[in-house]
Amino acid sequence: MNKIKIVLAGQPNVGKSMLINSMSGLHNLKVGNFSGVTVEKTEVQFNYKNYSIEMVDLPGTYSIEGFSLEEKVALKYLLHEEYDVIINVLDSTHMQRNLLLTLELLNLNKKMVVALNMADEAKEEGIEIDIKQLEKILGVPVVLVSAKSKEGIDELLSKTIEVAKSSKRRESNIVYSDAIEEEILQLTEFFEKKKFKIDDLSPREIAIRLLFEDKELYKKLHEEPIMMELQPRLIAGLEHIYTHHETKDIKEVKADEYRAIAYGIKIEMIKCNTKRPKNKDTTRKLDDILIHKYFGIPIFLFLMWGLFQLTFELGAVPMDWIDSGFGVFGDMIGSFIPNEGLRSLIVDGIIAGVGAVVMFLPNIIILYIGIALLETTGYMSRVAFLLDGFFHKFGLHGKSFIPLVTGFGCTVPAYMATRTLKSEKDRLITLFILGFMSCGARLPVYVLFAGAFFGAEKAGNVIFIIYISGALLGLVMAKILRLFVFKGEDEPFVMEMPKYRLPSFKLIWHTVYGNAMGYLKKAGTFILMASILIWFASNYPKQPKLKQEYQVKIEQVKNQESKIALENELKLKSLENSYLGKIGKATEPFFAPLGFDWKMAVALETGLAAKEVVVSTLGVLYAVGDNVDEGSSSLINELKANVPFASAMAFIVFVMIYLPCLAASMVFAKEAGGYKYLAYLFIFTTVTAWIFSFITYRVLV
Amino acid sequence: MKLSDLKKDDRAIIKKINADKALKQRLSSFGVGKGAELSVETYSIGKKTYEIIVNDTMIALRDEEAKKIEVEKIHE
Repeated sequence: MNKIKIVLAGQPNVGKSMLINSMSGLHNLKVGNFSGVTVEKTEVQFNYKNYSIEMVDLPGTYSIEGFSLEEKVALKYLLHEEYDVIINVLDSTHMQRNLLLTLELLNLNKKMVVALNMADEAKEEGIEIDIKQLEKILGVPVVLVSAKSKEGIDELLSKTIEVAKSSKRRESNIVYSDAIEEEILQLTEFFEKKKFKIDDLSPREIAIRLLFEDKELYKKLHEEPIMMELQPRLIAGLEHIYTHHETKDIKEVKADEYRAIAYGIKIEMIKCNTKRPKNKDTTRKLDDILIHKYFGIPIFLFLMWGLFQLTFELGAVPMDWIDSGFGVFGDMIGSFIPNEGLRSLIVDGIIAGVGAVVMFLPNIIILYIGIALLETTGYMSRVAFLLDGFFHKFGLHGKSFIPLVTGFGCTVPAYMATRTLKSEKDRLITLFILGFMSCGARLPVYVLFAGAFFGAEKAGNVIFIIYISGALLGLVMAKILRLFVFKGEDEPFVMEMPKYRLPSFKLIWHTVYGNAMGYLKKAGTFILMASILIWFASNYPKQPKLKQEYQVKIEQVKNQESKIALENELKLKSLENSYLGKIGKATEPFFAPLGFDWKMAVALETGLAAKEVVVSTLGVLYAVGDNVDEGSSSLINELKANVPFASAMAFIVFVMIYLPCLAASMVFAKEAGGYKYLAYLFIFTTVTAWIFSFITYRVLV
Repeated sequence: MKLSDLKKDDRAIIKKINADKALKQRLSSFGVGKGAELSVETYSIGKKTYEIIVNDTMIALRDEEAKKIEVEKIHE
């Protein structure tokens, strides 16, 4: 089978990810409406006709001239990786701006196809594009497509294969301004006379790239003898161009030229038949309300509050089902297992541990739906607009909002989303405070404690307060970090506000489905292992002596009540002497000032692996009292009975602040630039968590 | 006149951008450069953040950036 490797490049918000979906038929891609959601490189493989196609999705960038990390990543890939052809994706309704990137890409002199996406929307807006003319100018095939209606997808694929397989690359026919054309002509003549060749570039292409100070080409030419004669011509040529453009910066000249060419193409080849496109009007009308001077922020806060209410209220219903379902399941399985040790492992260890985590799946699904909605509708960038003034005061960038909100879902993608920030300092500050945005995995802990200590009616409000105070604390910490640790210049705030779009249910479904499956997978593997480990540590070493001692005592008393009391005492004693108990006891002094007993200490420690494990650990540890009261076997009631209010609140605060899970910590180290930073983060979060928990406990006790 | 001096719904032509290379490049990749026409769509309280339209693209920027863009207002 023939193999073809395609690279997809385009500006943000052109529907690149959706186009991959339509082309490959795969549905595992995340699509957002906000600038730079696809930070990571995504790869898809599929078969088309007789070809095995590998497609790489580059991060959406406005330019490849190296402003942000993503742009550098994209340029590096385009220059140094092996591939057959580039597909440059454009939004047909925003051609003029999108063409700026196309022009930059053309100057790389690689095989390329241009895909004009959202052709259906362009038609609706009355935009007509002269494809033939455009092809002539750009020198590459141009295909109208719509990722949504799948129109033109086949044509795009076959044209792409055709270009990839062709032996010769076509040259573009772009005409620059007079001064530059003069210089190009002179250099071209010089190269022709010298019969000079490099790679597969034509003399004109070499001339253009040299005049635009293409570093890669200069590197290659460096040792060529022709450089001797070339240099004075180049210097004179550039001088001439500088005088005409009234600047000494060739990048500025280049940018001016590209803007002029894009404008020219728009005037000549794009006709707009309606005066005011309907869609744009809707966007403006919505913006009048949603980013209103005074109402904008209250509306945003209300939406966020609604999302959290929904997460809890609506999520509580299936949560109960799952909880009791696992209970029944455990009892059922348990009755089939004669061996006591094995039964304990499966029922109390595995089923109880995994069940405690799966229980929170509904909450997580609702939260992810909410975040996916924010992203795909285009509202997210409005929020960045609204909040930048406020964020800026805390030394954060408006764009930090994206990772921060993503952080409410999961800290791992949030850490990765910080790549949209150009300034290293902005990035580091955002990375350091991201943990304060409580992720979805911390939610189970909050739901459990809020449910236990405030009841179902108030729990939604309590959780909202927890999230908000975490976020506020993060802001304050950001300011402190900005003032004392990461001092320096701010990144400029320039951001596109994409058109509002109706959410695509298909895309939301795939995002939510992917995340929910990821969560379940984590429950099935990582948390399963952790549950077994915690079960083992809490049941071993066995203490036959202690057991014998108590059995004698139990037989001696006649009273049924004291028998049960003694049995519980035995269980608690065994637990205290288990491995887990020993670890907890050893670290208890550290947590004692916060009002935590050793069980809570252990839960926090196991929570370093994953926050869901906090709940499953508590589940295993507090399951000892199972027989105390037949009617209240649930964890919520156990906590209510065993943990004082002040300790519980301090515990919530600690969970809110301390180090995120193992997976997130690893990503953090990678994104921040070393394990050194992870050590800083560990100290930073643990100290902060301890201090705030201490204050909470002392105030309430 | 600077972009930051414009009022809501004002239209203007960009005359000059007084910024470093990185910011100039960034603005340019959005189509914001010498000769481009812009209109001010809205701004937040105290003119902290602006929403402008250039070539059908809505762009948000901060007052610090707005002060770096010299414009000439179009009088209708």
